[in-house]
Amino acid sequence: MTPLAGYLLVAALLFAIGLAGALTRRNAILVLIGIELMLNAANLNLIAFWRYGPHPEALTGMMFAIFSIAVAAAEAAVGLGLVISIHRHAQTADLDEMNRMKG
Amino acid sequence: MIEEAVFTPQLAASPIAGILWLVPALPIVASGVIALLKQPRRKAAASFSIGSLACSLVLALVAFAHVLAGWMHGQAVRETVNFTWLHAGGTNVDLGWVLDPLSAVMLVMVSFVGLLIFIYSIGYMEHDENFTRFFCFLSLFAGAMLGVVISNSLLLLFMCWELVGLTSYLLIGFWYQKPSASAAAKKAFLTTRVGDIFFLLGMVWLFSQTGTLLFYNGGAGSMEPGALAGLLAAPAGLGLTAAGAIGLLIFAGAAGKSGQLPLHVWLPDAMEGPTPVSALIHAATMVAAGVYLIARVYPLMQAGALTGGTTVALTVVTWVGAATALFAALIAVAQNDIKRILAYSTVSQLGYMMAGLGMGGVAVGMFHLITHAFFKALLFMGAGSVIHGCHEEQDVRRMGGLKGDMPLTFVPYAVGMLALSGFPLLFSGFWSKDGILEAAQHWDLGHGPFYMLVCGALLTAFYMTRQMSYVFFGNWRGQGHAHESPKVMTMPLAILAFFAIALGALGTPAWPWFRAFLDDRAAEFSFEGFHEPGLLALMATSSLVVFLGLGLGWWVYGNKSPQAEEPDALESAVPPVWAVLHNKFYVDELYGVTVIAFYSGWARVADWLDRWVWGGAVTLVAVLFRGGAHLSRLCDVYWVNGGFDKGCEELANGGGLLARVQSGRVQSYLRLLALAVVVLAAILIWSSRG
Repeated sequence: MTPLAGYLLVAALLFAIGLAGALTRRNAILVLIGIELMLNAANLNLIAFWRYGPHPEALTGMMFAIFSIAVAAAEAAVGLGLVISIHRHAQTADLDEMNRMKG
Repeated sequence: MIEEAVFTPQLAASPIAGILWLVPALPIVASGVIALLKQPRRKAAASFSIGSLACSLVLALVAFAHVLAGWMHGQAVRETVNFTWLHAGGTNVDLGWVLDPLSAVMLVMVSFVGLLIFIYSIGYMEHDENFTRFFCFLSLFAGAMLGVVISNSLLLLFMCWELVGLTSYLLIGFWYQKPSASAAAKKAFLTTRVGDIFFLLGMVWLFSQTGTLLFYNGGAGSMEPGALAGLLAAPAGLGLTAAGAIGLLIFAGAAGKSGQLPLHVWLPDAMEGPTPVSALIHAATMVAAGVYLIARVYPLMQAGALTGGTTVALTVVTWVGAATALFAALIAVAQNDIKRILAYSTVSQLGYMMAGLGMGGVAVGMFHLITHAFFKALLFMGAGSVIHGCHEEQDVRRMGGLKGDMPLTFVPYAVGMLALSGFPLLFSGFWSKDGILEAAQHWDLGHGPFYMLVCGALLTAFYMTRQMSYVFFGNWRGQGHAHESPKVMTMPLAILAFFAIALGALGTPAWPWFRAFLDDRAAEFSFEGFHEPGLLALMATSSLVVFLGLGLGWWVYGNKSPQAEEPDALESAVPPVWAVLHNKFYVDELYGVTVIAFYSGWARVADWLDRWVWGGAVTLVAVLFRGGAHLSRLCDVYWVNGGFDKGCEELANGGGLLARVQSGRVQSYLRLLALAVVVLAAILIWSSRG
């Protein structure tokens, strides 16, 4: 097993855990954490493909990862803000209760 | 007869001829004003009506004086004012009016008698709630009648003629609540219409032959020699010239209006109207319009006669007139209604006028027309006064002995009765009737009409004596108490009675002023006139006949006091004759089974056609279209609407289904997303392998 495959496996595991968390948790905060996990699995992939790819000297993978982390930070800020305002509004963070936006 | 040179004609219109149209226009305007008045404005209505007719009378007198002045200066006044009424292509239809001795005499008579009857009506109609309406119609009638008189165009005359017929209809049916009155009005209207159809035909024919309907138009009128020569040259079949045929057609119109056989049936029924109407329209003026019409178109009637000869048209006029005179006099003998006796007497006297026109010329017929207008108006108004006094009783058998109760009615009535009977020397009726008898005696085509007219005279004296004895002599047989009528009713009677005597002076053989005036000759006073061969003998004969009639009447009916229910003296003597006469020779019944049955048969056929054939076709079309409409509705409801509704429903269902997918749960979306990604990945892997 090459080191890349090991990384990729870890990343896939991480993604699967994150996805499972996002899909199964009822608490909005935990869902957000699951999403963060999936994002970081993607970041891990980016770094791994860069480090073991044909051009490790170019900083492209690193740059992607840093951008992705920055975007994830912004997303987390917005997501948490939304969760807080929803909580203020509905006195709960349970996602199953937030079903009023339906057809 | 005194021979005189015929006057030279004078044609230029004078100022009075220029405003002659005002004579009929004033009453017509008054009628329009009265029509706008409210029902309770009785005084205003009567004053408008009488005021306007009085103005007309003044104008008529001025016109008459003008004609008289011309006549005294030896001029034959015939002033016409003509104007074009309408152009149609190259054809002009002209109207106009004429002032000549004939129209002047008639104008004065109509407006004068009319005025007296208007005044009388104030009293007679006093208690009628439709007083204003009555005066509205009466004024319209007077205007239309004066229009007939002044017309210089057959068309204008026809228009006024129809207007007169209309007012006659309205006034006969004045008490339209009575079924008999409205039936009589319809009968009068329809019967005169029969004559008018022929009149109209004659008029159209005259227009197509001569191109003008003006009587006199400075040589170009239809009654002037140029046009008459053309009419004589045109043959019309059956050995008649166009002149003769047109003359006969116009006479048919005159016969309808003047109640000549066989169109006399409406006139006695017309007595359903108020008595002033009977006096004015159905005795004095309108029914005389037919006689006046014949006098007006006399040149046409006479056209083609050889010297001293006669024409087919005039022969027909004579025979019809004489037959009517005798026929109606016979019926009058056996009537019990005071107004019906007078009505048949009117029919009979109109027959005399027609016969006079046919045999003696314009002046003979017109003189009887004028004298008759006065004494018959007098008799009718007297009868009205009697009816008024006897509380609306019209049956002579329920009257009697009124000479003591109603002296102011009795004396004028007696004068009128003697004038009608032709009592010798003193009364106008004697002279005018004698003129006709004299003409009949000298008629070229035989003595039939003469004997008929003499018999008529005998019967006239007889039935008038019968009526007088029933009404004024004997004992009172009615209910309640008879009373004299008010002054406003008896005064006109007295005035008319004066004229019923005095007018005779204008037409005696010694001073034949009336005849000379109408014939444009000078009149001289001399007893030479009596020396004409046969005249004195004739006067003696006719006096004898009158005395015989009066005596016979007095012998049968005089001073007896029968009971109201007792049969008439004639009835008990000769019942079959009485039955025939009392039932008016069954003419109404004859018409009932012939003409009326024929027309009601056709009406039934037309009704059947209407109901089943035309009506059936219309119903069929309606059913077809309704069926189509029903089909179209079904299409709409089940096909168009159904399809659309179904589509909408499916769309809504689909929307609902899709809406369920959007549950609002973020995690289910995410689940779907994950599933989709997995499927996508699976497809990608699958496809990359293949």
